[in-house]
Amino acid sequence: MFKKFNSKDDIHSRTNVKSSVQRGLKSKLIEQFPKLDNVIDEIIPKKGQLVVVKCTDKLSLYAMEHEVLFYQQFDDPFVPSLRLVHKFPEYFPSVKVDRGAIKFILSGANIMCPGLTSKGAALPDENFPAGTVVAIFAEGKETALAVGKLTMDTEEIKKVNKGIGIEVGTYLGDGLWSLELE
Amino acid sequence: MAEEGSKSLSVVYCGVCTFPPEYCEFGGTLQKCKDWLREEHQSLFDKLYSEDALAKATEGLSLEKQEKIEREIQKLQAKEANRAEKELQKKLASKVVVKRVERSKRKHVIAVSGLEVFGIDPKKLAKTFASKFATGASVTKNVEGKDEIVIQGDVGDEVEEYVSSLLEEKGLDSVKVERTEDKPKKKSQS
Repeated sequence: MFKKFNSKDDIHSRTNVKSSVQRGLKSKLIEQFPKLDNVIDEIIPKKGQLVVVKCTDKLSLYAMEHEVLFYQQFDDPFVPSLRLVHKFPEYFPSVKVDRGAIKFILSGANIMCPGLTSKGAALPDENFPAGTVVAIFAEGKETALAVGKLTMDTEEIKKVNKGIGIEVGTYLGDGLWSLELE
Repeated sequence: MAEEGSKSLSVVYCGVCTFPPEYCEFGGTLQKCKDWLREEHQSLFDKLYSEDALAKATEGLSLEKQEKIEREIQKLQAKEANRAEKELQKKLASKVVVKRVERSKRKHVIAVSGLEVFGIDPKKLAKTFASKFATGASVTKNVEGKDEIVIQGDVGDEVEEYVSSLLEEKGLDSVKVERTEDKPKKKSQS
């Protein structure tokens, strides 16, 4: 999504978020990522000023202190930015891909099912329904390298084992990663 | 955001390619990344690049596959190095043009173009010019479709000085700032 993101052309406006809206946003985030409940005040402090950056294609980035925390496209679920995932890795649902897939993900490809089911990769035991936003880790690495959205249930991924399993939203080195909000 | 009792982890990011150091090998600047990491974070460097760690990382892979991967990475790195070289060349070859355009007999505007190559934000520079010279300054697209700053008033000398000092700050002393003059054609008298 951010492969061709250009901060000059794609950012339209930047506005501060009202504190009431900010509160609503926080409860929505908790609804989506129940584990965040404990740390939400650390991610978005009560007194902090959230900034929403509107971009092309109905994309809004939520940033605090010049750092993008989440983004959302139109009404889709929120997607955490990679830097946030790095800070709070265990609070998001996660999957693991094998080593061979890293190269392709870092050049912006979606994740194919075999990359998630092979030896070295790991899918969670519990079933995530399609549409879940997941942090993507890699074999032998400690930090996440991408964040994406499941296109099918994790059970289905194991069964079908073909085609796109995760639509990658943001990955290391893409436009969002290198975006600087000053 | 990292206050006391915080549950967040702090992740080290590579100063060269901005990735977490684990992923430096997939960027194009592995050699530089390694040097940086050795300087800044010795322990992490040892963990990632020591003999043991390397042996472990390649354990599961067959030798053939490993070789192939290595070759590919090398190719990528060469590409990246080439690209960086080219970019630098381009930077050195291009210049900033400060153009003096006549508006009426004794009034001029100054148009500055060629800034985008050097990573200078034209909008911001226009703003600084506007407040510095207390005149109007705006960013417009010129004939070639590139951004240029148009400053009202005959301030060419000051602009040249300021731009070259700005470039010097960025370590680009050798970049030329060129002055040209442009007179619009006289309107044909009817």
